[in-house]
Amino acid sequence: MANTASKLLEVRDLHVEFRTRDGVAKAVNGVDYGVDAGETLAVLGESGSGKSVTAQAIMGILDIPPGRITSGEILFQGQDLLKLKEDERRKIRGAGMAMIFQDALSSLNPVLSVGDQLGEMFVVHRGMSRKDARAKSVELMDRVRIPAAKERVTQYPHQFSGGMRQRIMIAMAMALEPSLIIADEPTTALDVTVQAQVMDLLAELQRELNMGLILITHDLGVVADVADTIAVMYAGRIVEKAPVHEIYKAPAHPYTKGLLESIPRLDQKGQDLFAIKGLPPNLMNIPPGCAFNPRCPMAQDVCRTDVPPLATVTYEGLTAERRSACHFWKETLRG
Amino acid sequence: MAEPILEVRGLVKHYPLTQGILIKRQIGAVKAVDGVDFDLGTGETLGIVGESGCGKSTVAKMLVNLERPTAGVIRYKGEDITRLSGRALKAVRRNIQMVFQDPYTSLNPRMTVGDIIGEPYEIHPEVAPKGDRRRKVQDLLDVVGLNPEYINRYPHQFSGGQRQRIGIARGLALRPEIIVADEPVSALDVSVQAQVVNLLDKLQSEFELSYVFIAHDLSIVRHISDRVGVMYLGRIVETGTDAEIYEHPTHPYTQALLSAVPVPDPTAREHRERIILSGDVPSPANPPSGCRFRTRCWKAQERCALEVPELAVPAEFRGVEGPAAHDSACHFAEEKHVVP
Repeated sequence: MANTASKLLEVRDLHVEFRTRDGVAKAVNGVDYGVDAGETLAVLGESGSGKSVTAQAIMGILDIPPGRITSGEILFQGQDLLKLKEDERRKIRGAGMAMIFQDALSSLNPVLSVGDQLGEMFVVHRGMSRKDARAKSVELMDRVRIPAAKERVTQYPHQFSGGMRQRIMIAMAMALEPSLIIADEPTTALDVTVQAQVMDLLAELQRELNMGLILITHDLGVVADVADTIAVMYAGRIVEKAPVHEIYKAPAHPYTKGLLESIPRLDQKGQDLFAIKGLPPNLMNIPPGCAFNPRCPMAQDVCRTDVPPLATVTYEGLTAERRSACHFWKETLRG
Repeated sequence: MAEPILEVRGLVKHYPLTQGILIKRQIGAVKAVDGVDFDLGTGETLGIVGESGCGKSTVAKMLVNLERPTAGVIRYKGEDITRLSGRALKAVRRNIQMVFQDPYTSLNPRMTVGDIIGEPYEIHPEVAPKGDRRRKVQDLLDVVGLNPEYINRYPHQFSGGQRQRIGIARGLALRPEIIVADEPVSALDVSVQAQVVNLLDKLQSEFELSYVFIAHDLSIVRHISDRVGVMYLGRIVETGTDAEIYEHPTHPYTQALLSAVPVPDPTAREHRERIILSGDVPSPANPPSGCRFRTRCWKAQERCALEVPELAVPAEFRGVEGPAAHDSACHFAEEKHVVP
C-alpha cells in the first residue's frame, strides 16, 4: 500500500458489466493501471475493448443501470472513489479530474454560448460571480490559443471549427487546473494538421500544470508521439503494459504484435498487410482461457483453458516495469 | 502510365448560395471543386488525399454521376459522360461503381444481404438472368470472404468489417471496370482495416479493376496507390507517383500534411521535424485569391496573392531528371524530406 500511495490514480481489479435484455456484457474484466503526476498513460484498444468504459468508471459518469461496477477499487490521491457519495464525487469531478471527449460538437451545449459553458465551471465550483467567470473564460480561451477570445466568448459552439471546438473542450477540462485529465480519443474526429496542433497544446498544458494524462486512443501513431507508458486492452482486460519505447521495439503479446504489423506505414511501401484474422469477441460470450486465443497464431491448448495472468516481463536492459498477459510472452518477444 | 480509362479535365462543382424565400437570388457559391484534372490508367490505383472540406468526396460523386459538374469533362474511354442521360448513362454507370465510407448507413437495414448485393441486377438485368442471381450473389459473398450461407441475413447481424465487405460485393456485382472508393476503411478498427485493404488489393488483380481511392489517411493511401493527388480547397495541389509525393514532396501543403502524420515509432519523436500549420482551412465559399494555401503558408509572398499557381512541373525542376520533377502547384516549390 505504501509504495502505491504516491500514484495519482490507481485502478485495481476493476470489473464492469452491462445488463441488457440479451444477456450480461462483460465490458471490463479486471483492469489494473495507474498514472503519476506528469505522466502520460496511453490506453490502446479497438472498439469494445473496454477502454472508454474504464474511463467512465473513473470519472463516475458510467450509465448505471444498465452498467454496474461489480468489483474493484479506484484510488484517486489515495481515496477510493467508489466508496464516496455522489455529492463528494461531484466535487472531485472538474476540480480533481476532468475529461475531454472525442466529439466536441455533441459534448457542448448548442444553446449556450461557449463563455457561459466555460464560466459555469467557476460559478459552480468556485462560487464566482458571472462577471468574474466571464473574464476567466476569456483568459482560458486565450490560454488554449483561440484567436480573438474577447469577441468569440459570446459565440455558440456551431460558430467554431472542429479544431477550435476541441480547444474549448480542453479549456473546459483545464479550467480548475485538475491533477488528472482523461482524454478519450481527443483528436480522432480532427484532420491531421489540426490534430497536430491540438496534441501539441495538450502536451504543453500538461507539462505546465504537471498533470497526469490518460490518453485513450486506437491510433498507434498518436501513442508513439506522446505516451510514456502504454496499456493495451482487449476484451475488457489489459493484455500488455510497457514503456513506450520497449513495446514498439518488441511487443510481448501477440495481439500487440498483430496490431503493430497491421498498420500501413507512411515511410514504407509494403506488400500485403498483416491482418489479424477473425473478429473481436462478443462481450456476452468471451472465449474461455485467453480471450484472444481464437485469433492468435500462437495459441496452444493451455490458452483455451487457462486465463493468462498479467505476468512480469523481464529481460536484460529493461529498467522499468513491463507486463504481458500471454502464456508465451517469452516466445512472442523473441519474434 | 497505362492507357487512361478515365480522363478528368477542368472539373468544377459550385453549390449556389441563395437568399430570399419566394424570389431566390444567388448571392454566391460554395466552390467545392474548382478545377480538377487527372487521369486514371487501366488497372491503376489513384489515391486522392485531403482534409475534410477539400472537395474529395464531391469529386467521387461526380465520377459516378451522383452529382452533375458545373463545368468540366469526365471522359470514360474517350467519351464525355457528364452530358449523358437515359440509356447511355445507365450503360456507363454499370462500369463505374462506388464503395461508400460508412458501412452502417450505406446498407438498407430492411433488406437481406442477398437483396442488397443482388439489387444492381434489378437495374441491369442483362448482367444476370433471374434464375442465376442467387448463385451469383453467393459467388460474390465467397469472393469477398463471407460465408455464402449468410445470404438471408440482415446487415445488423454483421460487424463493421463484414458490412464493408458486403458494400464491396455490391460494388463488384456488375463487374465494373472502375471502382470509386470513398474512405472505404476509415470507419473500421485497425485490425479489421488491414483485412479490407488486403481484400481490395486481391480484387484488383483478380478482376483487373481500376481504383480511385479517396481517403484522409496518408499511410493507407500510400500503401494502396500507384499515384497520388493531394487536394486542398477544391484543387489538386500536387500529384505524382507514391514515391514522388511521399519521399520528394515539393508543395508546402503536402509537406505540412506529411509531417503532421503521427508515425508509429517513438524513436522518431525527438528528431522529426514538425511543420505545424496555423489556423484552419478557409471557407470554400470565399477562397483566398491566387494560391488558396497562401493564408496558411510560411513561404507566401505577394506573388501568391496575385497569381494562381498552375499544376505543372515547377520551373525550378523543369528539364531535371528525378523524383522531384513532378506536378506541383506552387510558385516557390522546393524539395523537402519530411517522412523519416
